[in-house]
Amino acid sequence: MPPLPDDPSPPSPPSRPWGPWAAIAGLVLGLSLAFAWVAGWIGPAGRLTAPRLVDDIENNKPFPGFRRAHSRGVCVAGYFEPSAEAATLSRARVFRQPRTPVQGRLSIGGGDPFGAEAQARVRSLALSLRTDNGQEWRMAMNSFPFFAVATPAGFHAQLLASRPDPATGKPDPAKMAAFLERYPEAARFQAWAKSAPWSSSWANTEYNGVNAFRFIDAQGRSRFVRWSMQPQAAFEPLAATTRQDAEADYLQRELAQRLAQGPLRWDLVVTEAAAGDPVDDPSQPWPASRPTHVAGTLVLERSEPQATGACRDVNYDPTVVPDGVALSDDPILAARAAAYSISFNRRERETARGDIARPAPTNGTEATR
Amino acid sequence: MNHGDHFDPFARVLHWGMAVLILAMLFVGVGMVASLSLRPVLIDLHRPLGIALLLLAVIRLLYRWRHPPPPLPASLPRAQALAAKASHVALYAAMLAMPLLGWAMLSAGGYPVRMTSSFALPPIVSPDPALYSLLRQAHGWMGYALFALILLHMAAALHHAWVRRDGVFEAMARGRSRTATAVNPDPEARPDA
Repeated sequence: MPPLPDDPSPPSPPSRPWGPWAAIAGLVLGLSLAFAWVAGWIGPAGRLTAPRLVDDIENNKPFPGFRRAHSRGVCVAGYFEPSAEAATLSRARVFRQPRTPVQGRLSIGGGDPFGAEAQARVRSLALSLRTDNGQEWRMAMNSFPFFAVATPAGFHAQLLASRPDPATGKPDPAKMAAFLERYPEAARFQAWAKSAPWSSSWANTEYNGVNAFRFIDAQGRSRFVRWSMQPQAAFEPLAATTRQDAEADYLQRELAQRLAQGPLRWDLVVTEAAAGDPVDDPSQPWPASRPTHVAGTLVLERSEPQATGACRDVNYDPTVVPDGVALSDDPILAARAAAYSISFNRRERETARGDIARPAPTNGTEATR
Repeated sequence: MNHGDHFDPFARVLHWGMAVLILAMLFVGVGMVASLSLRPVLIDLHRPLGIALLLLAVIRLLYRWRHPPPPLPASLPRAQALAAKASHVALYAAMLAMPLLGWAMLSAGGYPVRMTSSFALPPIVSPDPALYSLLRQAHGWMGYALFALILLHMAAALHHAWVRRDGVFEAMARGRSRTATAVNPDPEARPDA
């Protein structure tokens, strides 16, 4: 408070009694606005936050009680056994302990929990490995070998561009072209989606971690890696006619038949980056010549429906990693953690109040919400 | 010791240190829910800092019990004194509840309660979607309530400093020696004066 010009001694009665009040109000308002901005409640229109991304994935048509993406799937369980070489790559307990119990989920891409399984271009495998020291490793892998785009902004643009046009029921080609011009890396993914062969089963599909991580060994040395689960089951194609004609639960039935005959196995194949390889861009595959290591074998023994299975209430957040594994600066990895958390919070809330989407009784592919 | 009209140095360090940390935690909390890029970094900060604040709150309550704070000036209207008491009870309750809600919420959601890359706390409740949902919402709403309480507390403190000028703010802001002449303590309110 500035003293009056003719007043020689401060503490004096305030010259403007509203001054302190204005200063207090200004501080409270300033802090409130900063809080609201950080929370994403105010700010430039179109600023992409995790809740807004999930809103746009839902597109006002959420299926309550289900994951907002990769909604349809089954719970699976089994174990992981490391190779002798694994412990030299990372000090993670999973690579030292002879056997680690695994529970996980096989699923298909897309947000429809009642969609036809055989027609899904993308299949996924999510895992949770808990070791005897209480640490946990969660993975969320996909059948595509690289991500469509490099950034969350690109993912969001792709989401909007590939929405079906209400008039035609198909994505607007002009919007898709504009998206591809802005995010040219997506052309590689589209080529993959067109040309990659379809396998006949969840069991003979390869699942890729896609995002880069760091492995830290016992000496504290760090190396950038990506990993894949490569099926030991032989590849068999799925004919286009079979895809069209198959029952909605084609993959689940096929999986149950295989599991009835014995466990299913995948090799965990770890690829090391060379200096200069992109470790913060999941849309760019690394050259095929990079060294690979078989770090162990995943064995799946059982499956159960997700409605009652152990995988229903698990957020397979790939940023949950044990000591010996660390994250990279891949922006898609961070965005997955953020979006999965929002999706998990929404569906757990719906599950808690019994608000679960059900398929329409007359038509298995259409749902009541 | 909180003799007379000022908080002692330990109480002041606890107060101002926790003030900075709690305010940072509230911003980190809303930021990591909104941000598509910062969540992994912020949540790795949020969990251990939350547990550290739980420990600090317990230490602070114990210290306060052994070293009662200086009394409010007798000139303060009764309603304001009551409001001051109630807001302090609410602040302490929120300081203790927020980390416990966070810990319980992660437990109920089946998440590891990771403190460092190699150390996690044990779960304190069993995984359960209904309980998770309740605790997650409680953690969020109590966070907003705590932020509002802190704003109220700050506004009231500055009201004491700038409008009433009764020494209440200075009791926490400064040590006794430096301010003995700068404030206008109420002699009636000093039991040991």
